[in-house]
Amino acid sequence: MSAFNAIGADREIEDEEFTPGIEPQPTWCPGCGDFGVLNALKQAMPKVGRNPDEVAVFTGIGCSGKLNSYFESYGFHTIHGRSLPVARATKLANPGVEVIAAGGDGDGYGIGGNHFIHTARENHDMTYIVFNNEIFGLTKGQTSPTSPKGHKSKTQPSGSAKDPIRPLTLSLSAGASYIARTAAVNPNQAAEILAEAIQHDGFAHVDFLTQCPTWNKDAKQYVPYTDIQDSDEYGHDINDRAEAAEAMYDAESKLHEGEILTGRFYVDDERPSYTEEKQAIGEMPEQPLAERYFDEDTEWDRSYQLLEKHK
Amino acid sequence: MPEPEDLIWRIAGGSGDGIDSTSQNFAKALMRSGLNVFTHRHYPSRIRGGHTYVEVRAGNGPVNSRGDGYNFLLTLGDSFARNPGEDAYYGNEEAKPLTENLDDLNEGGIVIYDEGLLDEEDVEAINLEERAEENGWHVYPVDLRGIAREHGRDVMRNTAGVGFTAALMDIDPAYFEEIISNGMSGEMKEANLKVLEDAYELGQEVEHTHDWSAPTGDGHDEEQVLLSGSDAISYGAIDEGCRFISGYPMTPWTDVFTIMSQNLPKFDGVSEQVEDEIAAAALAIGASHAGVKAMSGSSGGGFALMSEPLGLAEMTETPLVLVEAMRAGPSTGMPTKPEQGDLEHILYTSQGDSTRVVFAPANVEECYTQTRKAFELAYEYQIPAIVAYDQKLQGELRNVPESFFDEEPNADPGSVLTEEEIAEAAHHASDKFKRFLHEPEDGSNVSPRSVPGQEGGRFLATGNEHNEVGHISEDPENRVIQMDRRMGKLDDIREELDAEESHQTYHGPEDADYGIITWGSQQDTVFEAVDHLNEAGHSVKAVGVSDLMPFPEAEMTEFLDSVEHAVVAEMNASGQLRGHIQKELGKYGDKMSSLLKYNGNPFEPRDIVEGFETSLDTGELPHTRMKYVPAAGD
Repeated sequence: MSAFNAIGADREIEDEEFTPGIEPQPTWCPGCGDFGVLNALKQAMPKVGRNPDEVAVFTGIGCSGKLNSYFESYGFHTIHGRSLPVARATKLANPGVEVIAAGGDGDGYGIGGNHFIHTARENHDMTYIVFNNEIFGLTKGQTSPTSPKGHKSKTQPSGSAKDPIRPLTLSLSAGASYIARTAAVNPNQAAEILAEAIQHDGFAHVDFLTQCPTWNKDAKQYVPYTDIQDSDEYGHDINDRAEAAEAMYDAESKLHEGEILTGRFYVDDERPSYTEEKQAIGEMPEQPLAERYFDEDTEWDRSYQLLEKHK
Repeated sequence: MPEPEDLIWRIAGGSGDGIDSTSQNFAKALMRSGLNVFTHRHYPSRIRGGHTYVEVRAGNGPVNSRGDGYNFLLTLGDSFARNPGEDAYYGNEEAKPLTENLDDLNEGGIVIYDEGLLDEEDVEAINLEERAEENGWHVYPVDLRGIAREHGRDVMRNTAGVGFTAALMDIDPAYFEEIISNGMSGEMKEANLKVLEDAYELGQEVEHTHDWSAPTGDGHDEEQVLLSGSDAISYGAIDEGCRFISGYPMTPWTDVFTIMSQNLPKFDGVSEQVEDEIAAAALAIGASHAGVKAMSGSSGGGFALMSEPLGLAEMTETPLVLVEAMRAGPSTGMPTKPEQGDLEHILYTSQGDSTRVVFAPANVEECYTQTRKAFELAYEYQIPAIVAYDQKLQGELRNVPESFFDEEPNADPGSVLTEEEIAEAAHHASDKFKRFLHEPEDGSNVSPRSVPGQEGGRFLATGNEHNEVGHISEDPENRVIQMDRRMGKLDDIREELDAEESHQTYHGPEDADYGIITWGSQQDTVFEAVDHLNEAGHSVKAVGVSDLMPFPEAEMTEFLDSVEHAVVAEMNASGQLRGHIQKELGKYGDKMSSLLKYNGNPFEPRDIVEGFETSLDTGELPHTRMKYVPAAGD
């Protein structure tokens, strides 16, 4: 019998189960795009059949970091930029747990950029949601890694001299095997994409456009948007890396010209997840690491058996 | 032939000349011959070239330090010198392993050098003959390279040197043959055996001008094993059920990381080499959060990057074991040289009030037992525990009875609940598990945890201050209760440690007038010096402190009250342990002076003797190798 009975529990799951009794109402500003992520996640999770006790949501710091305060599951509100390394170790320790990491664009593409690159490169089986509002919200409106060139803020009074990060392109070259962009203003697509991302066996990166009505008033509300999968004008083979790269570059450029292109950009279902890669070289046991500490039948070998070479 | 108490054999050459492996085999052979052995490693921060040496001390009595100076030099010359024979930036590189090692060679000592590599001019240039005469050294030029070339490759010069040493020191070459036979195969094995034999025969043929030989082993009562501090830390972790390590390479931490990475797959564990040390510490936290016993670690600079995750573990009460392998700082400092300059860094790094356990083991045995205790405390009390050691203890090998490691494993994940227990445990009205109880049962400060995947155990972990279910809270009353509970764990741990066999080690007569206080890797060197001092008529005892946090207040108060004055000997420039003692005990500023060494080399027993005698007359030290800082008010 598993020590983790929540994992794979076969039962009906209600949408309401993911709303915490302790903080049911988020304190985000009215009109904030973060509500869109929360609602989409609450819809996606029952859709994929997971219950709150088998889900772990890891967040960074910022408005987005509050996601797991308002979402009922195991939660770990880590430190700025570090949700990914904490999250991926929990996945390695217990692959049965459904692992979601989330953070803002500063958190994921700025201070935690190194972790983003390497987690994507390793293709851990998890979902990473980046709340992209092109601004630092909680610290009151400074320029962020995705702010457009020329964006003025208190810390960039003459406007940013930097080109923004291209998050989709970065993700593709780093090695993510599912890359999509959605927007808070497009709730149906958002819930569908999150459900797909969760079900994807590998690192799924969702760049989630979340408008900030308080600190990024100049920015568009990400409307009107185009779903590239439903568009006659757009649409590419999402399994084709080269086509995906072109589509991403286009979407990233057009965002700052006022055209919002969303949808799935790249999907690679062939690439093995990191756990599978580690198992293939014999450096990851079949039985989940965490399981063994709760299994009375586990036999614990000791270092004494290593002493022969020291004699 | 007379036998000195100990053979202190130094093998010197270029990095890449096989100094390390040769010295390990030499030590192992002497251990098998029935002697106690101890090695001391000195190497540069370069892949090839640059000079390196290892000393092997061997004797029948306890051999617990590198000793004073050394009495046998086998110098291969640097075969990887970039500018052989020329005066390069660092001097004549090829001859450097000979020239640079002579200063510490004791009177009557022996020198073997490779005349195949170094020509007459090189040797004349350093006045070897003259110096040998002055110091009563016995010099044996041997064409080690010639012997190696005859049967195999140049690098086998090291085997030739060992064979020649055996002949000069009356050591049975069978011990070396056995190691070569078991450790090598095919042509390599045959060639090395022939090199050994030829060199041994040559060594017997040449005229011996010296009149002493290595001590003959009395034999051991039981089977011995040769281990380093890094081996012992790793094995302690494995025996505590640690099955996850994450790290990023950095000297000297890399040692533990390598040993664990090579062994964990055999124990169905996982090792992760990650993008940086922030990630390394964060991964260990993530694995531990999920219920796995996990560790990470680094050296000074990498440990600095772990500051923030370390604080996160303290705040979220996630068990975590870190190793800090100190090297000389600040900044990149001297990457391959030992120092104890990170004490304050380890104790206090990360924002807010620090809540962690810090142990500094002194030797192989303590590395094993204290790493085990670090895991036990970390998982029981849900607190980070740091094992601090240094480049000296990392690389030094010692023989320990095999039976010392014949211990039962303990994979207990500590204060974690089962699903049945969670069902009975306190929950918020919304069904969230109360992971951070204000008042855990039985007056304990530890609130048992659940792990993801357990039914009914969901909670929020956060680096923000939080309430009983883990949700963010800035309520002043909750804040004080949670802070007091987390900090209170340190008092509980101190109480537990005080009730067990002490981690502090004492040496010398209990009623001695004077004391020497030291910590970590310097302990056994200080103890050897204490013996010398008492033999010379002084009245001295010493304590090696291992528990740095929570601090052993009662023990240290008793020690300091019992002496007239104490010298605190440590390898840093600002007397960090002395400062820590004053802070923790709130007194004794006028009772403690400091003996500090921070030139990249650990203390030798004679340094401590000299430093102690200086403290008695509060005079100046005769050289710049160390610094003496008198007590406050003196």
